[in-house]
Amino acid sequence: MQAELVLFWIFAVPLVLTALGVLIARSPVYAAMNLVAAFFCLAGIYVLLTAHLIAFMQILVYAGAVMVLFLFVIMLLSLGDEHLQPERRRVMQYVGVGGALGLLSVLVAAISRLPDQAMGPLANPDRFGTVKAVGQVLYTQFLLPFEVTSLLLLVAIVGAVVVAKERI
Amino acid sequence: MVPVTWYLWLAAILFTIGLSGVLLKRNALIVMMSVELMLNAANLTFLAFARQSGNIGGHAIAFFVIAVAAAEAAVGLAIVIAIYRTRGDVNVDEVRALHE
Repeated sequence: MQAELVLFWIFAVPLVLTALGVLIARSPVYAAMNLVAAFFCLAGIYVLLTAHLIAFMQILVYAGAVMVLFLFVIMLLSLGDEHLQPERRRVMQYVGVGGALGLLSVLVAAISRLPDQAMGPLANPDRFGTVKAVGQVLYTQFLLPFEVTSLLLLVAIVGAVVVAKERI
Repeated sequence: MVPVTWYLWLAAILFTIGLSGVLLKRNALIVMMSVELMLNAANLTFLAFARQSGNIGGHAIAFFVIAVAAAEAAVGLAIVIAIYRTRGDVNVDEVRALHE
């Protein structure tokens, strides 16, 4: 399957570049735009993993709803131009990034110890990751977490209003 | 076929970028965006292993991670707005009222 390999690189390289763009971007708006592009690339990777429903939810919920929320808050805050200046770095921040790179090396070492087996063909490729298949699992095996998620979202809505509103 | 380890490496790189963003950036909004990147790296790992093992349970977990991330973004951004209202700034280094 040469096509899968090509598509993997087509999505993986822009994904890493746009993720780095979130860090490099000078203004929060550019960072948000880079993050939207990263989420789209990630949705493509999810399709390669035959996770069609999750790929759609990635675009709808992340690239759509969450990023609109971020852009709205950026607009509401109306930060001045002084935030576009390069930030003053502290030594501890560089130490932190060194620690993050150390974590990366640990993760890569752990992953390279895995048996390097190619992913075999699925038993039922036309039903894996579809709305029907995931929905069936969500409403049987994961029914309680699914219902608790609705409660979590309700609490989040109420909490967001209580915290952000000036006067209840 | 692309081996599963490539997806895991990609997830590890993505997680490291997100972690570096949390540690390096001082704007609270960009810190939250970096947290979203880390959550997506975890999702990618779940989906890669779900694809490898043929177990659809990983997709359900990824679904819950997306739901929790949406709730986290709503509450976190509300807190950012509240901090901006009281302090006029969203620098995470300046917010240390509990620390002093």
